[in-house]
Amino acid sequence: MLTPSQVVDTYFLESRHQLLEIAAYLDRYDAAVARAGERNGEAAADEKKLAVLRRALEIVAEPKPAAERTVALLELFATV
Amino acid sequence: MQIIQPHYHAIARTAQDYERMAMSGVVAVAEPAFWAGFDRKYPETFLDYFRQISEFEPTRAAQYGIRHFSWVAVNPKEAENPVLTRDVLKHFPEFFAKPTVLGVGETGLHKSTRNECESLEAHVEIAMRHGQLVLIHTPHLADKAHGTKRVLEVLAGMNVDRERIWIDHVEEQTIRPCLDAGYWVGFTLYPITKCSPKRAVDMLEKYGTDRILVNSSADWGPSDPFTLQECILEFRRRGHSLQEAIEVFHNNPCRFLGQNPKFDIQPIRIETVTGAAVSA
Repeated sequence: MLTPSQVVDTYFLESRHQLLEIAAYLDRYDAAVARAGERNGEAAADEKKLAVLRRALEIVAEPKPAAERTVALLELFATV
Repeated sequence: MQIIQPHYHAIARTAQDYERMAMSGVVAVAEPAFWAGFDRKYPETFLDYFRQISEFEPTRAAQYGIRHFSWVAVNPKEAENPVLTRDVLKHFPEFFAKPTVLGVGETGLHKSTRNECESLEAHVEIAMRHGQLVLIHTPHLADKAHGTKRVLEVLAGMNVDRERIWIDHVEEQTIRPCLDAGYWVGFTLYPITKCSPKRAVDMLEKYGTDRILVNSSADWGPSDPFTLQECILEFRRRGHSLQEAIEVFHNNPCRFLGQNPKFDIQPIRIETVTGAAVSA
């Protein structure tokens, strides 16, 4: 089993990569909305998934969560 | 799909990678000189390495129908030995004369030390003096923004042909200053530590496709030559045409690397043939 320091060091780069992918996804959405706006279009009709994602990021960022983050996220994702 | 992999460390990969690249449409690779994983001690070690990538690797690639080109450089990590760097640089003109060597690369910065900056300057100077292309490595992770800024500062103080210089491993925080300064840029797709296929397509859509090269580097560390093909799939999945994909993943390498006449692969255009007539 890994020590706390080993956990931090072993999974940092992988987690950094995954967060960058999420950031890129949200930037991609904003860019698509901007393009749609130029064509008199609109944002996605249903932004519920994005709202859920943002709530998920808040849960992930919580330093001392009440429950395991993965459990909380799975329960949250079950709503979309 | 016809693909050129413009930055590929073949020496660190198995023949199976060549085979699978050939199956997926890769017609050429270009192999920069890079860090071996340890600091080389003797000039001869570099010279034999340059011989391996300029003489032997083309024969290995040819078994799979892939053209192989190469570059020569002392890696930024090895620039802390300036005597060694100078001794190796003296031999560059011999390698510039070889039939598949395209120029100087990958030079660049790692920690942006004084020795590294002086080595970068010496590499660019010899390349410009001999009419060669230049491939510049920018640092990874936390060092990237500062290191890229230092690269641009070093280059700005020199008399260079910016169209013949490729600044590689750019990401979202470094692409704009490099493009605005008139250089070519490259996205390097790694599984975790550099750019990803999706983020690369995001940048292609945001900045356009002029003066942009995409590569997967693929070396002895965690890397995958097929991140390039993943990027092509993502690009096509977002509705870009086959010709647009060819412009980025085949023709842009032709445009940059073809500035050295040894790289004689020409850009291509897809045509639709209907009956006996050919229509564009």
